[in-house]
Amino acid sequence: MELKEKLVSSFLAFENTVNVDAPIHDIRTQAIKIFEEKGFPTKKEEAWKYTSLNAVLKHDYSIFPKEENALEFKDVKKYFLYDLDTYKIVFIDGKYSSHLSETTHDKIDVCLMSSALTHDKYKAVIDNYFNKVARQDGLTSLNTAFSKEGAYIYIPKNKLADKPIQIIHFSTGKESAQMLQPRNLIVVEENSHVQIIERHQSLTDNPVFTNSVTEIYVDKRAHVDYYKIQNDNEQASLIDNTYIEQQAQSVASVHTFAFGGNITRNNLNFFQKGEGIDSILNGVTILEGKQHVDHNTLVHHTEPNCESHQDYKGIFDEKATGVFNGKIIVDKIAQKTNAFQSNNNILLSDKATINSKPQLEIFADDVKCSHGCTIGQLDENALFYMRSRGIGEKEARALLMYAFANNVLESVKIPQLKNRINKLIANKLGVDIGFDL
Amino acid sequence: MLEIKDLHANVEGKEILKGLNLKVNAGEIHAVMGPNGAGKSTLANIIAGKEEYEVTDGDILLNGDDIEELGPEERAHKGVFMSFQYPVEIPGVTVTNFMKTAINETRKAQGLEEMPAKDMLKKIREKSELLEIDRKFLSRSLNEGFSGGEKKRNEIFQMAMMEPKLAILDETDSGLDIDALRIVANGVNKLKSQDNAIIVITHYQRLLDYIVPDYVHVLYDGKIVKSGTKELALELEEKGYDWIKEEINA
Ligand SMILES: Nc1ncnc2c1ncn2[C@@H]1O[C@H](COP(=O)(O)OP(=O)(O)O)[C@@H](O)[C@H]1O
Ligand SMILES: [Mg+2]
Repeated sequence: MELKEKLVSSFLAFENTVNVDAPIHDIRTQAIKIFEEKGFPTKKEEAWKYTSLNAVLKHDYSIFPKEENALEFKDVKKYFLYDLDTYKIVFIDGKYSSHLSETTHDKIDVCLMSSALTHDKYKAVIDNYFNKVARQDGLTSLNTAFSKEGAYIYIPKNKLADKPIQIIHFSTGKESAQMLQPRNLIVVEENSHVQIIERHQSLTDNPVFTNSVTEIYVDKRAHVDYYKIQNDNEQASLIDNTYIEQQAQSVASVHTFAFGGNITRNNLNFFQKGEGIDSILNGVTILEGKQHVDHNTLVHHTEPNCESHQDYKGIFDEKATGVFNGKIIVDKIAQKTNAFQSNNNILLSDKATINSKPQLEIFADDVKCSHGCTIGQLDENALFYMRSRGIGEKEARALLMYAFANNVLESVKIPQLKNRINKLIANKLGVDIGFDL
Repeated sequence: MLEIKDLHANVEGKEILKGLNLKVNAGEIHAVMGPNGAGKSTLANIIAGKEEYEVTDGDILLNGDDIEELGPEERAHKGVFMSFQYPVEIPGVTVTNFMKTAINETRKAQGLEEMPAKDMLKKIREKSELLEIDRKFLSRSLNEGFSGGEKKRNEIFQMAMMEPKLAILDETDSGLDIDALRIVANGVNKLKSQDNAIIVITHYQRLLDYIVPDYVHVLYDGKIVKSGTKELALELEEKGYDWIKEEINA
């Protein structure tokens, strides 16, 4: 059976596991219809021209985790940011692991979507925000239909989350092939602030296919920093659908570190709904082998005096392929918008490719928009210069790549995270030098 | 220290060095002069190990060992240093971090421990004072947006940090005003000892008033066509290169 049919027919079984009288159930029912109609995207769609899901969809995935699998912290410690005090929301094969987690209800809620969807206490927030900013495309609707578990974070007015929050999804491979559909909701009210780090990690060589949806609401003058670490193995594919709505004078930043995975697609959407907003989209992509990453970004400016800053750096070796498709829409009333986009790439092999495409739709006349894209190789003269100072070739290459990605790394505000990212990069590049650029 | 025998070298299939001989002993300063395009930078780059130059014949011996097979970093580890005629801009790497990495990678290759951070800072302070380099400068990206003179001064700062056995200064004087020239020359002279050697490439005699060479060579059309003492530099300054061309062609 094709995956699509299997999913549609599984919906009935899924209904047996949830409360069909809950208001959310109408949303789910509606969503499965949309998925049934739209299905998975194909390369015929302009937005999916360079990314084919065919190979990913052909596996016979199990759709619901069958049993609870446990992991020992010591075995997975390295995937945590463990040298930093954080809240943790951890899932193993789609099920919540209380053993590895650290949640709170003290002033802020850092807990589970499954509780938020079922307890009255959260009803108002769910009614107001659940599935509101998410777009109704096939993949998002599929996730909505099966939405049951994920992270729920609610920061009320004038609160500073006292520590960063880690959201980690493990898959153990106890099932031969597994599909995961986490659903996250993050609501940050006026003047509040939160930092979130998210990671998907497969611990197996069995195929894993994750179709994740995250909705983030950033109220007036609130501030959200979101960091995505995508460093998975070559059997794990990820479609990350993230939707962010920002109110006046809020700041939201998303950093995407795409260091590995089979096929990774980031649909990152920002909707600005007030004046004086700043949206920041930063990315570092370092790939080798046959890995593929597709960054599909959208920033929609709908009010005057807002900014957006996009800076994506990509390094592609061997047969790795990349896509950057950055769309900026500036509505007619959104005068004095400043929208910047840059996408710079280094190809280390002549078999690696990158497709980079800006899409600007600007209907206002008094705006500053700039976009730039470069594709190049490592500068041979710079390499010789460094080597002539005693720095080995491999290290010199690594240093140049660091330097290339440096401004994005510099903008990571959590020092321990920056440190970790630096180590991940050093590891990837096979060097052992103390970078602290 | 350095012995070059009958060196022939090509770049992009064109022969640039056509049988060049040069011998430099420890404790000596040699000046290499010659018109534009004579092959001076080519010589410097070949000694430093730039791979796009193809050595077709001859030998380069460093302390008696043939270094042809060594990569640029291995030559650096043996004490070779070139001050670039055109230093490369490297955005994102600060001067300080570049030097820390260079020194520690060199020490590693020599089987030494990394230099303790305190010693490193002390050394950076000393050497930047020697070259009258502002501290702020050291936290800027390497050569990015530096003026011509700042780049050259930064090259000699790197030389001071690396303490090479054999330093080749390729047109270090170009882009320097007279005050900066004095500072840089003074720095070079302080680094000079009986154990190391310096090759100064220039086409003006000006620098040689400050860094006084033991020998002066004229490089013309890929060969050293004349060698002498520092008086030869004065003669070149006065008469230009035409008389040398005539002498050769005669
Ligand atoms: N990388 C290169 N590619 C092609 N030609 C080169 C290259 N480097 C040097 N040359 C040529 O070699 C000759 C010598 O150049 P160079 O060594 O830079 O001379 P000098 O430093 O004495 O002015 C020139 O004709 C120059 O055009
Ligand atoms: Mg030259």
